[in-house]
Amino acid sequence: MSENEVKDPRIDGIKTKIRVVPDFPKKGIMFQDITTLLLDPKAFKDTIDLFVEKYRDMNISVVAGIEARGFIFGSPIALAIGAKFVPLRKPKKLPGQIIFEEYELEYGSDRLEMHVEAVDFSDRALVVDDLIATGGTLCAAMDLLKRVGAEVVECACVVELPELKGRERLEGKPLYVLVEYR
Amino acid sequence: MFAAENGLKGDPRLEAISAAIRVVPNFPKKGIMFQDITTLLLDRKAFKHTIDIFVDRYKDMQISVVAGVEARGFLFGPSIALAIGAKFVPLRKPGKLPGKVISESYELEYGHDRLEMHVGAVEPRERVIIIDDLVATGGTLSAAMSLLESQGAEVVECACVIGLPEVKGQHKLKGKPLYVLVEPSGLDEFC
Repeated sequence: MSENEVKDPRIDGIKTKIRVVPDFPKKGIMFQDITTLLLDPKAFKDTIDLFVEKYRDMNISVVAGIEARGFIFGSPIALAIGAKFVPLRKPKKLPGQIIFEEYELEYGSDRLEMHVEAVDFSDRALVVDDLIATGGTLCAAMDLLKRVGAEVVECACVVELPELKGRERLEGKPLYVLVEYR
Repeated sequence: MFAAENGLKGDPRLEAISAAIRVVPNFPKKGIMFQDITTLLLDRKAFKHTIDIFVDRYKDMQISVVAGVEARGFLFGPSIALAIGAKFVPLRKPGKLPGKVISESYELEYGHDRLEMHVGAVEPRERVIIIDDLVATGGTLSAAMSLLESQGAEVVECACVIGLPEVKGQHKLKGKPLYVLVEPSGLDEFC
């Protein structure tokens, strides 16, 4: 969302429901806890509605959700817009033939996996996660989809931490967020 | 109890759901016929049928909480919660939830694991359903029930898409009703 757009009145209600937990998982991190948002049925519905309203006429054929909190937002969005849902998972969870993409953590690296037959070149994809920080995970997710030839239309998150500049790592793909935390 | 024995006998949606579930032999290890629900999520109609059946069942039961077991319970639980106007409470692996938690351990084939829930997520006397993709021994669901009951909530029912043979004929899990949509997909459906 740009500063010029009029903010939807539902956004404030959503923002107040996200609990900030200091020093989790370690000192210095202000953790954005969306579980409190999920405890408010109206705010949770507003969250999903905002995404659905934006994407339902964009011919999105697949919603890719990043494990695990991306599942919570991505699967209802997929259902509502009539798209497939594809889980992007931690290693060794998916039972079929997979491709994987590694991404950097602060210390070391991790890996995201996708079923190779779930998505193909005819698909227009939306990538969903609860939050974008550095953008490393979203970037890995986009790479998985691009490798099977899908078109990544947009990335969507509930929260952005703009100071970590994750938006710049998305290779020009649009990012839509509901709430910024500074 | 299976949905077919509980008012949905012959419902074509159950067949569509069953057909959309892929069996992967020898995953995660030899001898296990893994029930892969990711193919169900690729079938828009069958995925919608799955959610619709649960929503139809629970929407008039004054359920205020849907608790979903990480991670595949997160694929079904939130949509059900949204449709019936209930809270969604994730039950998670250790160390993921940032606030104050309670935890319950449960048996695995070798060793054990733990399930955690935020303190304060549910209040006493709230009516809860617990969702997971599949029930085998019931160990995970039992641990989930313990977490919720320790907070004074009432577990109304446990609900799963798939129920393994161990639960066939069982209508209850630790005294609470168990509702399952389908049996494991046929062994001859190699993909």
